[in-house]
Amino acid sequence: MTAMAPSQVVATAILFALTLYVLFGGADFGAGVWDLLARGPRATAQREVISHAIGPVWEANHVWLIIVIVLLFTGFPAAFASITTNLHVPLSMMLVGIVLRGSAFTFRSYDNAKLNDRRWDRRFSWPSVVTPVLLGIVIGAIATGRLATRPEQPVSLFSVWLTPFPLAVGLFALAIFSFLAAVYLTLETADPSLQDDFRRRSLISGVTVGILAYVVYILARTEAPLVVRGLGASSWGFVVRVATGTFAIVTLAGLWFRRYQVARAAVMVQVTLILWGCALAQYPYIVPPDLTVSGSAAPPQVQRLLIVTLAAGSLILFPSIYYLFRIFKVHTFHPASNRPGE
Amino acid sequence: MSNLLAARLQMAMSLGFHIIFAVIGIALPLMMVIAEAFWIRTGEDVYRVLARRWARGAAILFAVGAVSGTVLSFELGLLWPRFMEFSGPIIGLGFALEGFAFFTEAIFLGIYIYGWGRISPAAHLAAGIVIAVSGAASGVLVVSVNSWMNTPSGFVLDGNRATRIDPVAALLNPAMAAEALHMTLAAYAAVGLLAAGVHAALLRKDRTNPFHRRALAIALAVGGVASVAQPFSGDFAARVVARTQPAKLASMEGQFHTQRHAPLRIGGVPDPRSGRTRFALEIPSGLSILAYQDANAEVLGLNEFPPKDRPPVVVVHLAFQVMVACGMVMMAVSIWAACAAWRCRGVPDGSRLLVVLALTGPLGLVAIEAGWTVTEVGRQPWIIHKVMRTTDAVTSVTGLWLSLLVYTILYLVLGVIVVRLLMAQFQSSPGANEMAVRSGSKT
Ligand code: HDD
Ligand code: HEM
Ligand code: HEM
Repeated sequence: MTAMAPSQVVATAILFALTLYVLFGGADFGAGVWDLLARGPRATAQREVISHAIGPVWEANHVWLIIVIVLLFTGFPAAFASITTNLHVPLSMMLVGIVLRGSAFTFRSYDNAKLNDRRWDRRFSWPSVVTPVLLGIVIGAIATGRLATRPEQPVSLFSVWLTPFPLAVGLFALAIFSFLAAVYLTLETADPSLQDDFRRRSLISGVTVGILAYVVYILARTEAPLVVRGLGASSWGFVVRVATGTFAIVTLAGLWFRRYQVARAAVMVQVTLILWGCALAQYPYIVPPDLTVSGSAAPPQVQRLLIVTLAAGSLILFPSIYYLFRIFKVHTFHPASNRPGE
Repeated sequence: MSNLLAARLQMAMSLGFHIIFAVIGIALPLMMVIAEAFWIRTGEDVYRVLARRWARGAAILFAVGAVSGTVLSFELGLLWPRFMEFSGPIIGLGFALEGFAFFTEAIFLGIYIYGWGRISPAAHLAAGIVIAVSGAASGVLVVSVNSWMNTPSGFVLDGNRATRIDPVAALLNPAMAAEALHMTLAAYAAVGLLAAGVHAALLRKDRTNPFHRRALAIALAVGGVASVAQPFSGDFAARVVARTQPAKLASMEGQFHTQRHAPLRIGGVPDPRSGRTRFALEIPSGLSILAYQDANAEVLGLNEFPPKDRPPVVVVHLAFQVMVACGMVMMAVSIWAACAAWRCRGVPDGSRLLVVLALTGPLGLVAIEAGWTVTEVGRQPWIIHKVMRTTDAVTSVTGLWLSLLVYTILYLVLGVIVVRLLMAQFQSSPGANEMAVRSGSKT
């Protein structure tokens, strides 16, 4: 690749942060879904694994979303204004979900009178279902290319997102988050029967992801033609689709043969490819059909300063995240049998 | 309800809610770290218990701070898209740096809260120090954005577009140092004295309890020092306001007419119709001296500004009086506690002092809410002082009263739950005999 314009670097950084939010923050929401669906003789044990797995890390995982927002309004202010105006309603509802999920989860961990546990459980779980759907709706609605992008254009509060395509993307997002969580959770416990519980959930949600991907694609042909054209027209569109499919198969095979490390690595690549495929398909638009990456960018000196800030910040950020995950996630890299104290 | 009013109320409510958790996120980590450092130095178990207790409270409060802060980041666009479209590139640097501060804080908070016993005590203490520093840094950075709204700089206005943007100059705007200093001290003063109030109340019921004695000592030290410094930093802030935002200063002081030897008004109710501030205790030339160090200095009155450029003077003046009154009481109580500590060479525990500490504990939070009202309402009708009016910034989305209603209910419910959880924490706080057993088993 030849030298990228500063605005392209910032756009890539936004995509990178969004990917990390989906891979980590998304999985925290997915874990909430499995908390809600905990069933059978091991329901309590399942909930314990979930709460253990996300307790120390959810707040850090959540910050990726804030990074996305900050980069968007600094680097592409017109896109931010258009998105927050047109999608006011689903974004507001999504925020209510984020507030309820985050606070209820923490309250549950710290409620001294354990009596209330069940109540917190439900409050933690329902927003975990609704919030990902709303996030997907927002992304889907942007892809349709129907957002009003100029101040003088009237905005409609509901008709841009209450249509089949954004709703399908919403369900797709929910399925992806649940799939990620289920796969990660297979490695969070040493108990083979709990592992099998999460394996079954992974397989079911993995197949659901596949079906919904197809539904989204069919709907996109009529509702998000710009994106579909982007995906179909270029040569890499085919490559990305084949690679996504391959990794999907590797993930399912890894689950089937209980090679959970393989499954986890493959699912992360699979989901990354889905996101990057969508982003590449939408390129060069940030909010189609009017706002392109280069056309809606803040002045280059701002973008350059932003890049320097990101680079400097990363020097602190990534070692810190590594340290956090080393303390709390190292057990998921060792075979279950030689884990101490479990 | 007009859309503009609903948007302003929702913004004010969200910020007023977030700031409580934000200041706790700034000051509580410092107190935890001090307690933990004492534990490492003295080996007295009571300090370890204290650090863990405070950390439990911090975990609840931080989560609410994080989610309410996330709401704010979106609300800037949901409610004020034109404002963000204009200023995003200018102030984004501050927010981006703040993003990294949040990250550091959230990461090390996870390590601190869940890492007891998993990492070495020194590493654990270091994690606490990182939280304390990054919490203060996030406060300073976000306040720099607010001070930019008060004293915009770092760009050149070309029609209604900003050109020659210099985000670094925007970050270091003229009001930044004063606001950031005053806000950071406010966090330590308010949270320190609030915690001191809680532990004073509990100590009164259980006089020999070493847990509450140590907690009171640390909280008083943090809150007291900051409370004594706070009026001086407030004076500094007021001088910056006098220089940069004369309409705000006139509203704070209820100064309707330009005047030399302007008096300092204590209390009083401004009456915009008659253009006078009634019932105030007036100190002759006080305002001229405080704002300009010169009794003969001229203080601009609201009459210099066309009516459409004047802030709502009643609200601003009353809020300012409330803040200053709280500040004076907090300083007095802190000095009293310091004298008592010096006299008894230990943690002061006279009944009267404990009662007063418990009663005045919440004043810092009151002062913070009042101070923000001064800053924000005093800037009206501008969202960016002299650059963009609040009316021109508000979103075109209609029906905002509904979102105002939803968020109000949401925050009320959250507030009630947080208070109940904290109450449960206080009730289960370790009793004297329990602490005695613990420290006995240690030695
Ligand atoms: C513990 C809280 C607290 C206390 C005791 C005080 N303040 Fe304050 N004040 C704040 C907490 C605060 C604040 C909430 O933190 C503000 C809002 C914006 C800011 O930067 O700080 C503020 C703003 C603020 C401003 C407006 C700054 C601006 O708009 O740019 C002035 C002039 C003062 N204060 C002055 C004072 C004085 C003279 C005090 C004397 C006792 C005082 N404050 C006590
Ligand atoms: C003067 C006002 C403010 C101060 C002093 C302040 C300070 C802080 C502090 C110290 C924290 C971390 C502690 C905690 O989580 O409790 C925090 C969290 C947060 N604040 Fe604020 N804040 C202020 C206003 C704002 C505004 C206006 C915004 C948005 C535009 C904002 C966005 C956030 C976000 C997104 C978080 C969550 C970070 C996380 O996930 O950990 N804050 N704030
Ligand atoms: C956390 C402490 C803060 C509190 C309690 C607070 C309080 C308020 C209040 C009362 C208003 C309504 C004023 C009116 O319309 O009459 C307001 C408006 C506003 N504040 Fe703040 N504020 C705080 C910090 C900040 C910070 C740090 C920022 C910058 C990012 C900010 C940005 C805004 C904006 C954009 C508005 C709406 C436009 C306006 O009314 O000027 N505030 N705030």
